[in-house]
Amino acid sequence: MILFVLLLLSPVLQSASTVEVHEFSDPALEARYYGLIDELRCPKCQNTNLAGSDAPIAMDLRATVYRLLVEEQQTDAQIREFLVARYGDFVLYDPPFNAGTAALWLLPLLLLLIGIWRMRRFTKNRPTIVLSDEEKARLDAIATRDQR
Amino acid sequence: MNRMSFFVPLAVFLVIALVGFVGFQLGDRAVLPSPLVGKPFPGFNAPRLGQDDVLVDQTVLLGRPLLVNVWATWCPTCKAEHEFLETLKEREGLEIVGIVYKDDPAAAQRWLDLYGDPYSFNLQDRDGRLGVELGVYGAPESFLLDAAGNIVYKRVGDVNERVWAEEIAPRLEQMKVTGS
Amino acid sequence: MSVELGHFSIILAFVLAIAMALLGIGSRSRLLAGSAYVLPVLVVGQFVFSALAFGLLVLAFAEDNFSVRYVAQHSNSLLPAAYKLSATWGGHEGSFLLWVLIMAGWMLAVTLRSAHLPTLFRHTVIGVMALMNVGFLAFLIFTSNPFERNVPFVPADGADLNPLLQDFGLIIHPPMLYVGYVGFSVAFAFAIAALISGRLDTAWARWSRPWTNMAWAFLTVGIALGSWWAYYELGWGGWWFWDPVENASFMPWLAGTALVHSLAATEKRGVFKSWTLLLAIVAFSLSLLGAFIVRSGVLTSVHAFAVDPERGVFILAFLVLVVGGSFTLYGVRAWQLKSRTTFTWFSRDAFILQNNIIFVVALAVVLLGTLLPLGYEGVTGDKLSVGKPYFNLFFVPLMLALSALLVMAPIVNWKRTDANRLRARLRWPCIIAGVVGLAAAITLLDRFDIPRIAAVTAVVLATGITASHLLDLGLKLRQGHRPSLGYLGMFAAHIGFAMSVVGVALTVELSSEKDLAMRPGAEVQQYGRTIRFVGVEEARGPNYVAQAGHFIVHENGRDIVLRPEKRRYLAGGNVMTEAAIDAGFFRDIYISLGEPIEDGGWAVRVHIKPFVRWIWLGALIMALGGGLAILDRRYQRIRTRDAVPAGLAGAA
Repeated sequence: MILFVLLLLSPVLQSASTVEVHEFSDPALEARYYGLIDELRCPKCQNTNLAGSDAPIAMDLRATVYRLLVEEQQTDAQIREFLVARYGDFVLYDPPFNAGTAALWLLPLLLLLIGIWRMRRFTKNRPTIVLSDEEKARLDAIATRDQR
Repeated sequence: MNRMSFFVPLAVFLVIALVGFVGFQLGDRAVLPSPLVGKPFPGFNAPRLGQDDVLVDQTVLLGRPLLVNVWATWCPTCKAEHEFLETLKEREGLEIVGIVYKDDPAAAQRWLDLYGDPYSFNLQDRDGRLGVELGVYGAPESFLLDAAGNIVYKRVGDVNERVWAEEIAPRLEQMKVTGS
Repeated sequence: MSVELGHFSIILAFVLAIAMALLGIGSRSRLLAGSAYVLPVLVVGQFVFSALAFGLLVLAFAEDNFSVRYVAQHSNSLLPAAYKLSATWGGHEGSFLLWVLIMAGWMLAVTLRSAHLPTLFRHTVIGVMALMNVGFLAFLIFTSNPFERNVPFVPADGADLNPLLQDFGLIIHPPMLYVGYVGFSVAFAFAIAALISGRLDTAWARWSRPWTNMAWAFLTVGIALGSWWAYYELGWGGWWFWDPVENASFMPWLAGTALVHSLAATEKRGVFKSWTLLLAIVAFSLSLLGAFIVRSGVLTSVHAFAVDPERGVFILAFLVLVVGGSFTLYGVRAWQLKSRTTFTWFSRDAFILQNNIIFVVALAVVLLGTLLPLGYEGVTGDKLSVGKPYFNLFFVPLMLALSALLVMAPIVNWKRTDANRLRARLRWPCIIAGVVGLAAAITLLDRFDIPRIAAVTAVVLATGITASHLLDLGLKLRQGHRPSLGYLGMFAAHIGFAMSVVGVALTVELSSEKDLAMRPGAEVQQYGRTIRFVGVEEARGPNYVAQAGHFIVHENGRDIVLRPEKRRYLAGGNVMTEAAIDAGFFRDIYISLGEPIEDGGWAVRVHIKPFVRWIWLGALIMALGGGLAILDRRYQRIRTRDAVPAGLAGAA
């Protein structure tokens, strides 16, 4: 089904004035840079992170991340906050935890708990089966039907 | 196990189908809502077009409602909306301030000479940094500001008759009522 | 003329599908039972007409018949012949025609290989499948007709196939994926037939197992191909992005993997009966949901088809009818199923249950991550992105837990496992995994953080899986057992999984990428390799011009020449980055050419991707396992044995 139509954005409209190659004095800084552009979303593109996009805005935002990281020495959290304040939560691939998003984490956990709880039913040593009245009636019905 | 619990999958599915249905009610998939709406226009220091050595800041936008329009000569939709911006200025008397976004000032000046100039003045944003402050991700984008310099509404894409009638005019009307 | 014939063919197939749905499902009534014997003829007819329509569309592409709108939109006279063929399914309409053809193919296969089934049951199965195809064909004819003409103006040339799709991987990827998607309709139809007929014993599970394995195997290959394609074609070295469209194919796979396992437990032990039915319905429902996600455009994706709300509404309505109807039927009937068996925590039953819990939780994670942003936007008006950090948070621990179970998988018996036996048989795998783990820890734990520890754990567990499976096979052979193909299938699938786990863990943790500014003649040292940039030359392809970079990578005394390209396609003017990859068993070197920069230099992106091949290789071995299991003699025997339905016909 993955018939991938439509991806690369407009053929480069501007001259490539942005030199995409950033210099890092510190490998740790470089790792943080690649980590950030990997998990921030390009606001213009269909669904691509900053690292994987050729869109002019992605270049600008990569430069912004570089500037905040290297020149202004901001923390990763500050950089994320900076972009969220301007582009919204949309730019984060790791959504914030709030009332509207809590289900993302809680439902799978709940499901896991239900699964484990249900499993105990099978693994208990032969449970004494307590039949409800309805079930007893049904069992009787089956028994009589089978006798016929 | 309770007999009704066998209907849980159906219930879960109906919720999913509802979400799918909600998907159709949503607006343009490509438009990103801006967190800046309701907030003051961000601070800046930018040269005016034609006066590279004159730096202005956000105070030039205060005192009256106006439309800030982010545009560039490399942007085809900007060309498409240009005529309507002039109509807006002539017909409705709305003040429009331009931001020349990631463009050559000379080219921008030529464009204004050629197609007419609906802007009371233009700011230059050559490297797109003001654009980032504004959460711009493509041109054209427009911001409606009240007299206090707060962003009241943001439009991604061209401003046209429909956008004016449905989004901008009612908000301007509202400002008059509240007197801000 | 042939175009109208194609259009006519799909209409005929549609009519036949309606007839089959009525006859097949209606064969339970006295009125229609007598005519149901014509079903096989109708099945053949439907397949012939679908194939004819597809063939005629291929012909329209081969002839550059741009009077057909679909051809004009997706082809060009300059397009190489192989891509003209694959362009047939390069867009929405044609790919859905392929989908319909594959559905007709599955129906034909089921008809040919189900002589052993009780007549009424067989008819119901065909009826249910036909009903699905009624929906698909109606969708094709009324919203997505590939045979529509361009009137009154016929363009002189076509708009061209998207360059991204002009690629070998994309020729075979969609057919594989569709065979998998649509293949789950067989298990679905068996489950629905079981619910309709009230034949809720475990027979349906045995009958549907080979079909499910086959669909699962194809889906596995399809997904792996998609991932591989994204890796080499999109130019940034990613192989999975948790994109809605990727998730759309991953969700049926997760449900299908759970189904493959629970079917085994239901067939062999009669446990989880209602659960297995549910999974069979869910797996196919997710295929349909995937179609909705991909073809409606409600979710923003890199891989979406051209958006058309009308199509989305149609699929959603179909989805509500089919899935809603199935779950209602399930709710009404499935409670009758009771399994009163118990088993201990260390038993194969328990492990399969745990496997199912893990896969269902994983499925819930993918489903929520894909659809919650939509609901969130509907309620709050704000947009949300859910991506890698969220999915990894769940998938890493879930897959590690699954791997831990897999280490013991070949050892545990049905119902209960003797503790001494478990301990004895785990000794060697634990020792081997411990040694490998120590080695991995020494090499990998230069950074001591959670991702690293997870990666080391993954390597340890994968080693454990391989060791315990090999040991079990060795024991079987020594005791003179000839392992069945079913056993070998399980063996291969589990080893393949372990291999993919290692591939994912090591690629994620050890990959390095670097953007470099290089001038022709420049040389850089990266990751113990020397990369020399010779220069950029002009190159010409059949339908594009390119700037081809020339790099020489010096590695371990060996020179590797890599030529990444920047292509401009003549028809649409699209610019494409074509990465150059030196593929290796233990590492890929991946270079893509960026933009020219000042002074004749170029921006160049270099990736080193250790063990990345293992991801897809593992998937192929998994699929191979599915294939082996189908060939098991048991299923061949069923045919002859069940041909004389001992006591089964009476129950129907």
